[in-house]
Amino acid sequence: MDIFGSFALVLALIAAVYAVGAGIAAIRTRNPLLTKSARNAGMSVFILVSMAVVSLEYLFFTNNFSMAYVAEHSNRDLPIFYKFAALWAGQEGSLLFWSWLLSIYAFLALFLNRRKHPELMPYVGVVLATVQTFFLVLNNFVATPFQILGHASAGGALTVVAQADGHGLNPLLQYPEMVIHPPMLYLGYTGFTVPFAFAMAALLGRYPGEKWIHITRRWTMVAWTFQSVGILLGAHWAYAVLGWGGYWAWDPVENASFLPWITGTAFLHSVMMQEKRGMLKVWNVWLVFVTFMLCILGTLLTRSGVVSSVHAFAQSSIGTWFTCFLAFILVACVLAFWKNRDYLRSDNQLDSLVSRESSFLFNNLVLLAGCFAVLWGTLFPVISEWVEGTKISVGAPFFNKVTIPIALFLLFLTGVGPLLAWRKTSYDSLKRNFAWPMAGGIAAGVIALVLGLRYIYPLICLIMSVFVTLTIAAEFWRGASVISARSGTNIIASAGQLVMRNTRRYGGYIVHFAIVVIFIGISGQAFNSDIQQEMAVGSRMNIGPYTIVCQNFDEVKNPNYDSERATLEILLDGKSLMMLYPERRFFLASQVTETMVAIQSTPLRDLYVVYAGRSPETNRPVIHAYLNPLVKCIWFGGLILVLGTALALIPSTQPVMVLRGATEASPAPGSPLPQSVGVAHGDD
Amino acid sequence: MTARVKFSVGSAIIIVTLLSLAYVGFTESKTYYHTLTELQSLQGSALHQRMRVSGNVQDGSIQRLPGRVDFVLVEQGKVLNVSYAGRDPLPDTFKGGAQALVEGKLMPDGRFVADQVQAKCASKYQATPQQPASTGAANTSSSTLAPSNSRLS
Repeated sequence: MDIFGSFALVLALIAAVYAVGAGIAAIRTRNPLLTKSARNAGMSVFILVSMAVVSLEYLFFTNNFSMAYVAEHSNRDLPIFYKFAALWAGQEGSLLFWSWLLSIYAFLALFLNRRKHPELMPYVGVVLATVQTFFLVLNNFVATPFQILGHASAGGALTVVAQADGHGLNPLLQYPEMVIHPPMLYLGYTGFTVPFAFAMAALLGRYPGEKWIHITRRWTMVAWTFQSVGILLGAHWAYAVLGWGGYWAWDPVENASFLPWITGTAFLHSVMMQEKRGMLKVWNVWLVFVTFMLCILGTLLTRSGVVSSVHAFAQSSIGTWFTCFLAFILVACVLAFWKNRDYLRSDNQLDSLVSRESSFLFNNLVLLAGCFAVLWGTLFPVISEWVEGTKISVGAPFFNKVTIPIALFLLFLTGVGPLLAWRKTSYDSLKRNFAWPMAGGIAAGVIALVLGLRYIYPLICLIMSVFVTLTIAAEFWRGASVISARSGTNIIASAGQLVMRNTRRYGGYIVHFAIVVIFIGISGQAFNSDIQQEMAVGSRMNIGPYTIVCQNFDEVKNPNYDSERATLEILLDGKSLMMLYPERRFFLASQVTETMVAIQSTPLRDLYVVYAGRSPETNRPVIHAYLNPLVKCIWFGGLILVLGTALALIPSTQPVMVLRGATEASPAPGSPLPQSVGVAHGDD
Repeated sequence: MTARVKFSVGSAIIIVTLLSLAYVGFTESKTYYHTLTELQSLQGSALHQRMRVSGNVQDGSIQRLPGRVDFVLVEQGKVLNVSYAGRDPLPDTFKGGAQALVEGKLMPDGRFVADQVQAKCASKYQATPQQPASTGAANTSSSTLAPSNSRLS
């Protein structure tokens, strides 16, 4: 099976190289047969890489411990679920996984557009196949997952040395989310290759019109959703598994996944400027380029150990490969841009500071500033080592100081932006759209102040959240009542119709609402508290409204791990609420100890209990309890976000006007027509 | 004023604000990395900065005392005595032979007082599978399967 897998990888590389060569030849000669051949080669890569993936999984499921990768990341007693996930537990498998997901995307992009855009697709195929070639080179020559354990004997023959059992999967990864989180994040990382390919193709082929930007936007949304889900699942995994009471530590690997998400978000907004007003063309192309480069940089940071991190994956030569590839992409982007820069001339100018355009510009400005700050902070140890010779790292205070104001400003724009008119917004329309929501927000802030909220950022966050929620609710209300008045259906059904008539616009509002919910969850952090205490059976400790009573300590053994466990009774206001069982597991195969956190989660707050180990002096168990308000909102917001993006990807039921020169469609300044009753306006 | 000028002024205000916030955050949280070898050649103000030092925890050097944990970090023959006095329990991965990253300050007597200790995450613990089996039998003994740190240093 290993030979089968290796062979499939070699063939995949040949097919990818052929797809690049034949694709370039097809563009030059315009030979339809050659075009088709290049496309088929590009699609066949998917089948070949799939074979390699299947054979590696087969080796895992058959416990073939003569394979280095299997022996390092699996063992006989590993549950089946995790044998599947062991595919991406290490360097070689992760890179194979990257290749495979990329091949899926490439296959879909080529297959779905096989009869469309004949001028554009050959370029797309070449770009996709070039990226694929790079990863297949790594899979074949630098980090092959099909390495056999053994040593050369005297006669030159290879003696295969199988191990009785493997080292087991890293216990940190033995958690259900670890089966979903890496694929989601990788689907995000790899997914941004497709928008990159389309942007590059449009630029190189000087593809006329804005059609490519529509295609790119949809693919970006898909990748962006996966990236969002991946980041949130990663945060949740860190929260539920690492046992330090938080979910985001500004760790380099976390930052790496956050960077392309930021630029992707910026692109999803600024793309509308190009669709509606023909502005920001250069900016958009570069946003797509930069997003893709940040994905490669993210993979580089994660896989090479350039910046030390709690994830701390093995250091290896892989960094040099990625750095060279990154430099190659940068050069390709600059050249392609320089050669075709006249193709990206802007059609319009900024007309007014209080307009949709300027809200998008500010949105992009602060998102990019945030991206730059996070990138700078993440790479600072590397940069300072180059410049000064000493490695200097920056910690969470740096990131928080910069990103919190940016986040709050973005939250403000989330409320304001969608309701501003294109070109110029009148004072009347401002008053009509924002007076009540702003009054609501300020009222909420005053009530919170009276109730004793004294932290400035959570207070601003609260005001903004109420404001944004009210503007969104008002939008739904206005749109739905128009439909309701015309068709006589009730308001809820009308709201449903409203969403389906313009999924892009109202799906977008739902995503905005999701962001509000996530922000509320994050602002809860300001009120976190914790306590740590040695416990004996019968002892108590208090945190917030909870009392924790220690009932028992016991030890559990099973083939995969031994564990020490505390049985804690949780009392809420003196009444017994439930039992929690924080645990420490000692995994037998890997000889590693892990903390299993016990969480009692309610929408209002999480009680988070960790078995912190035994006190060195008394040998009594130490229990560390955290009270984390509102954390659940973050995960719940994630669900809403997925729902919103999924809605936005469904085609609208009403044919939507594609607005090239949208200036006529926007209401004239001061128009009595509420701009927000957007059902007939086309999508925004 | 044209919209362009107004927008530029707004952008400038935002960028200056963010830059000053970044500067404050940077001075508050910057931490120097030093190797054990560099630590011994540091002079002047560099000695009093907050710093991070990484090394391997010497086997058997971990002493749990009331209120603190003492251990010795080794790297390329150099040693550093560390006292950890933070309030969080030490991570699970922290044990003799593990690679650890300590953060804190160097005391005048040469002892390093750490308020944070990180031990490298378990995915670093890759064994060296290339060891030839002594008898040529298909199975190696289980002792060679234990995580080894040979690739860490």
